[in-house]
This record gives sequence, structure tokens and C-alpha cells, in this order.
Amino acid sequence: MYDIRGYYEAETVREATELLRANPKLKIIAGGTDVLVKMHGGQLEDAELLSIRKIQELRDIRKLENGTIAVGPMATFTNVFNDQVVNKYVPILAEAAISMGGPQIRNIATIGGNVCNGATSADSASSLFALNARLKLQTFQGERVIPIQEFYLGPGKVDLKPGEVLTDILIYPEDYQGFGGQYIKFAMREAMDIATLGVAVLCKLDSGNFGEIRIGLGVAGPTPLRCVEAEEFARGKKISLETIGEIGKLAVKSTKARTSWRASKEYREHLVEELTQRALQTAIVRAGGVDFV
Amino acid sequence: MFKKISFTVNGKSYTLEVDVRMSLLELLRNQLGYTGAKQGCSVGECGACSVLIDGTPYDSCIYLAVWADGKAITTIEGVAAKNGELSKVQKAFVEEGAVQCGFCTPGLILTTTAMTESGNDYTREEVKRELSGHLCRCTGYQNILKAAEKSLEGHICTCVDSPHYKQQQEQLKERQ
Repeated sequence: MYDIRGYYEAETVREATELLRANPKLKIIAGGTDVLVKMHGGQLEDAELLSIRKIQELRDIRKLENGTIAVGPMATFTNVFNDQVVNKYVPILAEAAISMGGPQIRNIATIGGNVCNGATSADSASSLFALNARLKLQTFQGERVIPIQEFYLGPGKVDLKPGEVLTDILIYPEDYQGFGGQYIKFAMREAMDIATLGVAVLCKLDSGNFGEIRIGLGVAGPTPLRCVEAEEFARGKKISLETIGEIGKLAVKSTKARTSWRASKEYREHLVEELTQRALQTAIVRAGGVDFV
Repeated sequence: MFKKISFTVNGKSYTLEVDVRMSLLELLRNQLGYTGAKQGCSVGECGACSVLIDGTPYDSCIYLAVWADGKAITTIEGVAAKNGELSKVQKAFVEEGAVQCGFCTPGLILTTTAMTESGNDYTREEVKRELSGHLCRCTGYQNILKAAEKSLEGHICTCVDSPHYKQQQEQLKERQ
């Protein structure tokens, strides 16, 4: 038996925000693959749960008229991986989705839960960081839209204020149109493993030169992060193995990797340098550029 | 705190007041007697507790019993025919020697059953991926993979050089 004191179900966002207003202590449960496992481990006790599983409107993935991709936070990783809009416009999110857990977990774990759990190792996070994803957070009184970078505050800590529900993950057209990309998850096993490092790279070309590149990393610091220095360096540079090597080196500068039982700081930094280059090379090809391999 | 839910297990209907603290695995094993679903890691890593919910495999240990409301659940007890004849998937597992201690077997058979019933074709890599949520500590997976492929009438060949590849591609085209 789980240590659950109360259990409430909302069928609409409105109902969820009303319940949260009445009792801000309610812990939102979506797929449950983090919340229930935390309860099992004693990290969450005597919980009052608010299930948002019945809110159908939060499950849709769609392309809005203005080109924005809106991913419903209750979309499961299986939904994200199989979704046509995701595969066509933001394939690095599909690559991230299929790398997470195993099939049974992907069938129930949600992308919104992955984000709100606040782990630096969240498989969706590196891609969402590279895509400059925005999060729409709703309360009883209103809503706000913030960049995902501002949402992650620290390990397991996110800026989900009392009474708020994540209701949309938005990717604007300028953040995916014209980009090629790749997500690489580095882990000891190919399934059911937590990333040693996650690397998502997006790249836009400008007549033989780098236009814009984006590097999102997971497990390279207390939160997922972007490699701003490397990204700025790349802008307008000629595409060559030398430039790519330099970008890999600069990417390490943005990291705050630490030693854990999974890997040492030095090993993680080596992975950042190497995998950033590999992902970038694939991203270049997918953006229509030359293949260096 | 209790909640009234209705659901079916292997076609049999139930309407019960369930404790909201209970997992689906606890409900199935302790209250309804479907002990084919095993309790392994309890955190969704080993797949021993897997059941099909509306045809899709889930880890029942991290699935609250109240979520089963309105769902059709299949456990290993519901796979064989009523007269006791094993299903095609079960037979393949027996024939390929894919069972040793048997603890992971119910989950693996259910996931394989879900694959066969999806009507999709799978490459060997995809079969491996679909089975990757099940840990087996006895067999080394080779025989399990063989049994799964046998259930699926072989895997889709990806070695373009093999004679089998061309033959299979033609068959797939025909089916479409």
C-alpha cells in the first residue's frame, strides 16, 4: 500500500486549479512513475494526491495555426515517440522520448511529469532546452508562460508555484524551422537506465557556415543547461572539423558536472566534449550540410 | 479512503470499493487471486508485474488500482484458451525453452502477446526494444528473443545482403 492520505481526481484544468486553490498541498500525479516510486522509497509520505489523468485536453500534441508546436503535458513518452507532428517538426524530441525507461514506463510516464520532476537527467529536458521550449502554467486566477530554462531551479526543484498546473509545452516556429538535430543519450544499458549524459544539438546552416547552433545538456550540472559560450562561438564560423572540435571544447566550459557513482566529473566532461561533436556532425547532415564521417 | 470502480479481468467483470492506497498489482494478487502477475522490484524496473490494460503492457506495481476504472485487464491467467490449450505465444516459449525459473515469464508472454495482437511488424532490434522492460536472470534472453520472433512469424530482416531479405520485403508489400 502506498502512503496516500487523500486522493482527488480532476476532469478539467479548471477543476484541477479549483482543487489546488482549496488545498495547495495537493501533490499532482500524472503517470505516477516518479511520484509512486518516491512514495515507495519513503521520500514522499502521507500524500494527498491530485490526479490529472482524466483531463483529456492535456493529452493532445498539435501544431497551432501560427506554427507553434504544443505538446500536452499528459502525452506519454510512447505518444510523443509515435506522434507525426513531433517526428516531422521536432524529431529530437522523439529521439529523447524513445530513450527513456522501457516500454511499460513509456506507456504511462508523461512528458509534463518528466519536466515537473525537475531531474537533471530527465530525458526530455536536453531536447526541450535546445528547442527553447516554453511552459504554460495555469492557476485558478490566470496563466503565465515561461522559458523552460527559468523553470528548473535546482536538483529536483522547479518553479511550479502553489496552485499551478503545467498545461502546455510550447515550441515556437523560430526554434525548430530550418534546424537539423540529434539527441544522444549515453548510459550503461540501452534500456531502463538513467542517462550518464544527455546531449541535444540543433543546427542551422548559413551557406557553408554555422548559422545558429543550440546545445542542450542533461546531467552536466545540477539542472539541464545550455552551452551558451560554444553556441556564440559557432555563429557565422566556417563548418570544419576544427570548428566542431573547438565547439566541443567550449561546451565543457558551460558544465558543472560532478562525480557520482554513475560516472566521474572527468569522464562526464570527456563525454560532453566528444558527444557534442558527434551530435553536431549528425545535426549538420540533417540540416543539409556535409558529412564529415 | 475508498473509491468504487468497475473493470474486467480476463473478460470477467468486477465492481469493487478499492482502497486508494492500493496498487493494481496488490488488487490483482491479494484481493482477486490473480497471482500470475509477480511482485519483483516494486518500482517499475523489472517488468515481472506487467499486465495488459486495454491491450497495452503496463507495470501494475506502479499503477494505482483506482486507475483501473473502466479498463479491460489481461493477466497471464487469461492468455490460454478456456479448455487449457496454450496460446501461440505460450507454445513458442515452451518450444524455444524460453522459460527457466518462470518469474519473468508472465510479463514477457503478455508483452509478446500485445506485439502479436498489434498487427505491426517488428525488426529484431524493435523486438528487443519492446522486450527491454523485462528482466530475466536465468536464460540470457536468446531463447526469449527466439520465442518472441517465433510468435511474430520471425522478425523483419534488416540485412539487405541476405536472400531472406528480398523474399520478406515482397511478402510485406503484398500484405500492404
